[in-house]
Amino acid sequence: MRGGVTRFAARDDGPAARLVGFMAHLRSSGFKLGVAESDTALRALAAAPPEAEAVRAALKCVACGSAEDWARFDALFDSYWRNGGRVRSKAVPASTPSHTRNGRSATEGQSGASGGKADAPDTDKDGDSETGGEGRLVASTIRNLMKKDLREVVSPEDIRMAEAVARRLGAAIRDRRSRRVRAARRGAQIDLRRTLRASLATGGEPLRLARKRRPDRPVRIAALVDVSGSMTLYARPFLAFLAGLMRADATSDAYLFHTRLVRITEALRDEDPLRALNRITLLADGFGGGSKIGAALAQFAATYARRFVNGRTVVMILSDGYDSAPTDQMAEAMSRLARRGCRIIWLNPLKSWRDYAPVAGAMSAALPYLDHFAAAATLDDLAALEPELARL
Amino acid sequence: MPPRLFMTDWTDIQTALAAQGYVAAPDLAMAVHLSLALGRPLLLEGAAGVGKTEVARALAAMKGCELIRLQCYEGLDAAQAIYEWNYQRQLLAIRASGETGAGSEARLFSEDYLLERPLLRAIRQPVAPVLLIDEIDRADEEFEAYLLEVLSDFQITIPEMGTIRAITRPMVILTANGTRDLSDALRRRCLYAHVDYPDRATELAILHSRCPGVAVDLAGQIVGFVQSLRKEDLEKKPGVAEMLDFAAALAGLGINDLTGDPVVLQAALATLLKTQTDRANITTEVAQRLAGRAA
Repeated sequence: MRGGVTRFAARDDGPAARLVGFMAHLRSSGFKLGVAESDTALRALAAAPPEAEAVRAALKCVACGSAEDWARFDALFDSYWRNGGRVRSKAVPASTPSHTRNGRSATEGQSGASGGKADAPDTDKDGDSETGGEGRLVASTIRNLMKKDLREVVSPEDIRMAEAVARRLGAAIRDRRSRRVRAARRGAQIDLRRTLRASLATGGEPLRLARKRRPDRPVRIAALVDVSGSMTLYARPFLAFLAGLMRADATSDAYLFHTRLVRITEALRDEDPLRALNRITLLADGFGGGSKIGAALAQFAATYARRFVNGRTVVMILSDGYDSAPTDQMAEAMSRLARRGCRIIWLNPLKSWRDYAPVAGAMSAALPYLDHFAAAATLDDLAALEPELARL
Repeated sequence: MPPRLFMTDWTDIQTALAAQGYVAAPDLAMAVHLSLALGRPLLLEGAAGVGKTEVARALAAMKGCELIRLQCYEGLDAAQAIYEWNYQRQLLAIRASGETGAGSEARLFSEDYLLERPLLRAIRQPVAPVLLIDEIDRADEEFEAYLLEVLSDFQITIPEMGTIRAITRPMVILTANGTRDLSDALRRRCLYAHVDYPDRATELAILHSRCPGVAVDLAGQIVGFVQSLRKEDLEKKPGVAEMLDFAAALAGLGINDLTGDPVVLQAALATLLKTQTDRANITTEVAQRLAGRAA
């Protein structure tokens, strides 16, 4: 283990700068670290003996925030501090990293191929972003060919009908009793604190009994609709449903996914339904193309879900579950999503077929995490779900 | 920050915890040491039964201070976590004195009628206690937010009495099973350690320190058996406490060799497997195979 320690260039700014460089190294690997953590790390080092193992353990408990971080930390530590004796020219990396984590634009692939620093430690996540440059360009031309105008798919009448359905469904799922109590005019429990307060004025005689109750607290709905090629047939009712949902419930959230995930909540809130569809058409570039459900859900779990999904959210996925990607990505994404504490409903248009069994890899991987798995191919099907969803 | 803690080496913590019957991995010992040295809360995450709660117990025993425990659940609120007025006594006091007005109000909302709950109690101890906030992921987001406030300022405001500042800063340990993601704000406030099932050597050390009477051969078999049982596809993997129960059960049955009697082993499995499906999955043959490998 010794002898393999990274050497730093002489013009380097000293231990503090190296530590900051290490924190930046972790940050570029997806750790959530702010300035405060760097400060804590310095203080932790002051409290730990100057031995490699102690320093590793000390930085580990400061920098990690989750089980995933904990599992990845040791490798990242070694790649930075024990880099086989290679010279690290600059402790703090330049502000433009040579490759970003989730290379989405085509240009990133090129810069990743050319600009790799000799000592840049490879984090294992980056492997595929470097190989994908050309492939992604090809895929993007296909996406353009398959571009469709959503206005051909959904009409304003559809939206009006869907709005009614969405309103009813939303109401069925929405009210979930809170376990907290709030002061209320009428309620099952007596609010002793307020009662006593009021009784002081009447000589300790509790004339007016203040009450409290468990309020109904609304559940948010986050709907994700698959608009890949295999789902084109069902896109019409589902998109109308989304549009209706947005108009019926101001707190809900809507997303489309095919090979990418797009948040369309803002666009759908447009007052003019047709203009809303127009905006979505622009957003949903690639509509009718291939699908990467696992990747899209993983992206959702890692980004939007962190902000918009909590224990009082129902995540509604409308998809046929056909995905070419390996199933473990799907399972991983679903377990991350489930850990947000939300309830997950999957509506699959194929489930209404007589001999359908959820054997499609991605679908079977997702099954253990679902609170409800039902068939839905048309607006009527969706409307019929109301009693089932109310029971959840 | 007392200088005494600075002098404590982190390996001393490991030794001191071991003296209380807790065998800590180096990473965990360092996290506990830093938590004491920097005065930061420590968030312990890991599967059920890996000994998260036990860390707090051993730590309190090590420091010779009180362990104050707050068990979280959904809907936990300030009245159960922080303080509550003693309404019965207040009512009685009003009737007994018969007076009204501002004077009686000040008296009624005073220390005498205040019921301390764990968080308030923890910051008012003359000797800094260990505050264990157990299964924080069961509480809802509202409580998490409130907890953040208490953990950053160590003061609590009671409208009728004013702000109560911490006399001593408790050593705070939070545990979570990872059933729900905690807020980033809470995670960032804490030092973090992930507690995993112990490896073979550590688990053997735990068994020896808790049940010194178990023979060396049998102890090796027990630990080997439980370790390979955890690798099976189970709904609920046996934790360290289950392993100790298992050892105690075998000792009570007078068993010296795991492979000796399949019927007895199967009966003793009741201490390790707690669901119907798991019992059905680990048939006599499977149990014998695992025991044979462990021997």
